[in-house]
Amino acid sequence: MLVKQLSVFMENRPGRLFNLTNTLGKEGIDFITLSIADTKDFGIVRFIARDNEKAYKILKNAGFTVGITELIGVEVSDRPNALAEVVALMDEEKINIEYLYSFVLTSQNTAKILMRIEDTDRAIKLLQEKGIKLLSEKIL
Amino acid sequence: MFSPEIERIDRKELRAMQLERLKHIVRYAYKNVSMYKKRFDEIGLKPEHIKSLKDIENIPYTTKDDLRDHYPYGLFAVPMKQIVRLHASSGTTGKPIVGGYTRNDLDNWSTCIARILTMAGATDEDIFQVSFGYGLFTGGFGLHYGVEKLGATVVPMSSGNTERQLLLMRDFGVTALIATPSYAMYLAETAKREGILKDLKVRLVCMGAEASTAETHESLQKLFGAFPTENYGLTEVGGPGVAGECREKAGMHINEDMFYPEIVNVEKNRVLQEGEQGEMVLTTLTKEGMPILRYRTKDITSITYEPCKCKRTLARMARVVGRTDDMLIIRGVNVFPSQIESVLMGMEELGKTYEIIVDRVNYMDTLEVRVEVDDSNLLTDYFKLEELVNKIRHKLRVVLQIDVKVKLVEPFSIKRSEGKVKRVIDLRKK
Repeated sequence: MLVKQLSVFMENRPGRLFNLTNTLGKEGIDFITLSIADTKDFGIVRFIARDNEKAYKILKNAGFTVGITELIGVEVSDRPNALAEVVALMDEEKINIEYLYSFVLTSQNTAKILMRIEDTDRAIKLLQEKGIKLLSEKIL
Repeated sequence: MFSPEIERIDRKELRAMQLERLKHIVRYAYKNVSMYKKRFDEIGLKPEHIKSLKDIENIPYTTKDDLRDHYPYGLFAVPMKQIVRLHASSGTTGKPIVGGYTRNDLDNWSTCIARILTMAGATDEDIFQVSFGYGLFTGGFGLHYGVEKLGATVVPMSSGNTERQLLLMRDFGVTALIATPSYAMYLAETAKREGILKDLKVRLVCMGAEASTAETHESLQKLFGAFPTENYGLTEVGGPGVAGECREKAGMHINEDMFYPEIVNVEKNRVLQEGEQGEMVLTTLTKEGMPILRYRTKDITSITYEPCKCKRTLARMARVVGRTDDMLIIRGVNVFPSQIESVLMGMEELGKTYEIIVDRVNYMDTLEVRVEVDDSNLLTDYFKLEELVNKIRHKLRVVLQIDVKVKLVEPFSIKRSEGKVKRVIDLRKK
């Protein structure tokens, strides 16, 4: 039910993102998602690769500090207010979303939302009750 | 001169006085401080074996570790009833170094300071701004009471708040500034930028707590139009007031009636000759609260006994050129890399590789600690990383008493060296 995301510690200085993406890219790792928030000295790069396990091993061996975080992924139709409806569900139950990102694939008319939530079990139960489509590991 | 009878004393007479006082302080320390008794007994040394000044060489050294090991009152020679003040500075690890003062100690201390300020050119008509921190640090109160003893006016400004420092300096007509060399420079530069240099009447800058360079003296002279001097001291033997520069600026005159100085090559355990460079070792000749015999200061300098052009006969020590240990002086505060290490190694979430970067920005020392992050549990959210930075910063502040910049860095981004690990990078220009 959960989607695994890799989190990598990264200093905010030139060349670091290249180093990360190149380390994975030259080993044939394909990114599905990747997100970086603006930070001062350092931050966390979060991504989902097509082969997360392999990506994890490559980064570990290359000496990166890398962790695995489990996200809840849901699929909604690509129309106005779809995201708001999901968020509203969480709000009603006072479930806090720590961070979230979403993306749309042009080949499909759905949007995918990935959320990091502390109380995962409660959130999944809620989403299932409300009939929201949850994404599994293979999100594409 | 504040104490002409001492400052111009015939050196033969001085040596007789020093021997008399040395014999006394050795007897006194042996009788009242168990550590000294134990040390003497271990090597079969008796206080009566000290018959000449040269015999001091038979006395074992006292080190910072001894002070730490006897924290807090273990080296005091009098009951607490007679101690009227305590001061403290940071030790090499967690525990501070404590000094206890009797009323006589405070009086002698003020005399030493009054002499040094007079040497620097001060009179009882000066208005002093003391920009050393007031508190456990010996600098603030030490200089404060010395200024009062001199009969000058003291503005107990303490450190920080530069704008207010300058405002009062101008409005109070301050003529003499007491600060660390770096803070004096920062004040001068800020005054220049604010365009109030011309409104200031500062004619003397008395610097201590960290070594100054010839460039700093020159710049201060140029900016303030003031006469800068440096003085020397350390908490372990009482604080500032051990030595200070006179108008000739040809070394710092040591208050030899209160402190007996030796320059030692510690590795070869040999007392060096006049002019030779080595580690300063000091014995307090008059201290009642906490007498200290042969304290290894770790400061590298040399001594000359030539009479000075200023007519003072007191020996002069050269400006300190370095340390025999790895102590850093950051904005006047003593910092040991081992203190930083003990904080970092005590935190499970941190890697074992770190680096300390010292720099000087706008004349102010900066201390940055870089630690490698290798705990993936920290990566669930950014807040955890921020929290970790704040936690390290807070812990370092508790131990070092200064603000430290903390930076988390990627694993293996700190250079590994073969052999001796170089943890400290000091970018300040010598």
